Amino acid sequence: MSPTHAGASASIMDLPSRREFLRRVGSGLVVWVVLRRTAGAQVSEAAHPTRFIPKAADDFNAFLSIGSDGRVTCFTGKIEMGQGPVTSLPQMLAEDLDVSVDAVDMVMGDTELCPFDAGTWGSMTTPVFGKIWRAAAAEARGVLLELAADALGVPVSQLAVRDGVVSDTRDASRKITYGQLAGGKRIERRLTVKPSVKSPGQFRVIGKPLLRRDSRDKVTGRALYSGDLRLPGMLYARILRNPAHGASLRTVDTSAAAAIDGVVVVQEPGLVAVLHPLPDVADDALSKVRAQFDPSPSKLDDRNIYEHLEKQDLEARVVSHGGSLEAGRAQAARRYDQKYLGSYVAHAAMETHAALASVQQDKATVWASTQNPFGAREEIAGVLGLPIPSVRVITPFVGGGFGGKSFNLQAVEAARLSRATGRPVQVMWTREEEFFNDTFRPASVISIQSGLDSAGRIAFWDYEVRFAGDRAVAHLYDIPNHRTTAIGGFQGPPGVHPFGVGAWRAPGSSNNAFARESHVDQLASMAGVDPIEFRLRQQNDTRLERVLRAAAEHWAWTPAKAPSGRGLGFACGSDADAYVAAIAQVEVDAKEGRVAVKRVLLVQEMGLVINPAGARIQIEGGITQSLGYALSEEIHFKDGAIQDLNFDRYRLPHFSELPRIETVILDAPDLSAKGGGEPSVILMGALIANAVYDAVGIRMLQIPITPARLKAAMAAKATA
Amino acid sequence: MPETIAFRLNGKPVKMSVAPDRTLLWVLRADLGVTGPKYGCGIAQCGSCTVLVDGRAVRSCSVDVKSVQGSEVTTIEGLEREGKLHPLQEAFVAHDALQCGFCTPGMILTAYDLLRKRPNPTREEVVAGMDDNLCRCGAHTRIVDAVLEAAAAMRGGLAP
Repeated sequence: MSPTHAGASASIMDLPSRREFLRRVGSGLVVWVVLRRTAGAQVSEAAHPTRFIPKAADDFNAFLSIGSDGRVTCFTGKIEMGQGPVTSLPQMLAEDLDVSVDAVDMVMGDTELCPFDAGTWGSMTTPVFGKIWRAAAAEARGVLLELAADALGVPVSQLAVRDGVVSDTRDASRKITYGQLAGGKRIERRLTVKPSVKSPGQFRVIGKPLLRRDSRDKVTGRALYSGDLRLPGMLYARILRNPAHGASLRTVDTSAAAAIDGVVVVQEPGLVAVLHPLPDVADDALSKVRAQFDPSPSKLDDRNIYEHLEKQDLEARVVSHGGSLEAGRAQAARRYDQKYLGSYVAHAAMETHAALASVQQDKATVWASTQNPFGAREEIAGVLGLPIPSVRVITPFVGGGFGGKSFNLQAVEAARLSRATGRPVQVMWTREEEFFNDTFRPASVISIQSGLDSAGRIAFWDYEVRFAGDRAVAHLYDIPNHRTTAIGGFQGPPGVHPFGVGAWRAPGSSNNAFARESHVDQLASMAGVDPIEFRLRQQNDTRLERVLRAAAEHWAWTPAKAPSGRGLGFACGSDADAYVAAIAQVEVDAKEGRVAVKRVLLVQEMGLVINPAGARIQIEGGITQSLGYALSEEIHFKDGAIQDLNFDRYRLPHFSELPRIETVILDAPDLSAKGGGEPSVILMGALIANAVYDAVGIRMLQIPITPARLKAAMAAKATA
Repeated sequence: MPETIAFRLNGKPVKMSVAPDRTLLWVLRADLGVTGPKYGCGIAQCGSCTVLVDGRAVRSCSVDVKSVQGSEVTTIEGLEREGKLHPLQEAFVAHDALQCGFCTPGMILTAYDLLRKRPNPTREEVVAGMDDNLCRCGAHTRIVDAVLEAAAAMRGGLAP
């Protein structure tokens, strides 16, 4: 199982065109799938990290073919970066096509073989693309049944199909396989009428836990990532980087590097690189490049950034409002206003950005670790001045993305260097380059004004978010007088942030959930009501209520008002139209300021679940990953320089810091499939902050909750 | 100046003329085409580049190639024997103990050394033994489960 064509390394030069590929896999039925632009229109700006709206949104999106051997080959522009479509997409296809999952092969993220796709992000693969994918399978099944009816001389209504074999229900000995039906014929059709997919009661494959299909390749080293690919005559490149964002190269002397045997130097506007047939020699050569830079004009650092963000005078956009804030303020018996800060956070995928480019005069082939192969193709074509169809981007396995591989600078660099040297060139960023060039999760400032009425209900809610975007910004609750205002969108206009920012798993949601759920928790405490009970009283959403009650039940929650001293935190939210609720228990080491998370329960309702096993992995992964931004991960910077450039300073969650993790997926097969990969990451900031509050009565207002911040807050409380 | 360095790699003899202070990781990946060991940080902080040198887990990003002179080097490619997965590999598959898979070779080989030293580890010992290997996708809990299951399988007399 490979996300790209089989034998990526051995046959790396042996690149078939789509027509040739189809000839090779055998003639057969082809169903084209059309994904119209509207399908993703409800997703917020943050989910569109590309610089352009896809020009060809009405172009074919994916197709499948059935070979004469009965194997089904699926072509999709989606990519596999660990989130599991290499398993869940075949599962969906197998269900509605009525073939065995094992008969399905995937070709993913190859711009020559796979029709256009706007990118793999935003938890959209299953809920948005999956619908179309299943419809394609259902249509293919319908066409095959018609062919079988002709072949067997019986009406379609008399046929049954299982595992790719169509049989006569009145005479089981009369049967014909999909492979036989497709063999020798080639039928293409567009989806014109909506075919009926199976309903949950008919499912045989969807909803059944299925182990990952790529595991065997990944535990044996056979899985190839972009940096693992080799071409004859290739050079490894190392690129001169600025010491700080905003710094500019004044002088450069590459003579000492060029003197090393075999080193090739490329110097172009905005790109100075040294290349060699061995990567470590290229590395040595870079260390011999003498360069002087003019310093960055930026005077921002990780402390003064919030003041800078707050004073940006930008248009405020009211995302939602209702009732009258004036009336709400008048009703408020007690006010609670607060401000919440979120730090810059890195993506820190274990695989750094990598690409291998082979550029000839009029054609470029680039293997890249990207979440956005078609975007990369456009970027590369633009820089090389080639027509878009002359550029082919192929996506091998991607070693983690989390939004950070939506831009494709490394692929552009590899392509430029290949053209400049006339040889294949691999660019694999060092970890330091990865941190420096990352498009961080933006720092944000969220201000909330609110009040409780005399009955202890929220009388008004005035929410203003700066630079955390508008995704999952809704307050979730039943509040009579409210307003939600977004300033600066997710990324803000150029110049607001001192370096690149971009989508980070569930863009903006984690910062918004941190602010909202921290604030609601404090209001519950002020009202003297248990935090779950307070939320239950304050909502009128049955899906939200369901996850709240399920969390309390699975935890065996004993109600108490916070701070109870138990160290129990609660938070809930909604993202990608899924609902999540979580409970955590922490221990606070007051002397060291350390928070030890002992146990986390997360309940998720995500509509129809395609692969419960895969969904569970994603939820566990989301919980584990999000401990980082809640407790330890943040980017320190000064005057344009990034100070956390490797894992010695930027601390990811370690094995020893992990809590006991429990996940519950609520059954909701009658709801359409919702996003599954991102909702579980949004709660951890508030969850830990609320648990810390419950433990020691201190309200933490910035994530991550580092020992330094917690100690400072405790010292401030002690002197107060 | 190049020197002749000889060692065994995944059971096969290797003899190469190479600058002795070159980094083992790059010699494996570029010169020898063995790409199972991954580059993750370059400063021995993440464990993605882990290989076995005479059975001991070593971070290949931080040792010279001359340090394996005369040794047996095993990468993830060498763990499978005659088409049969090692119990650790089996357990990682059975537990879905990976997502993107980039840290997986290093995880498995680190666990291999751990189980060599402690064939019957407690959960806490597995956690401590794996603590300096990083995974960004968050497969940690499953990795610990997989290592414990592999340990049990190996004690049960299955392939070493």
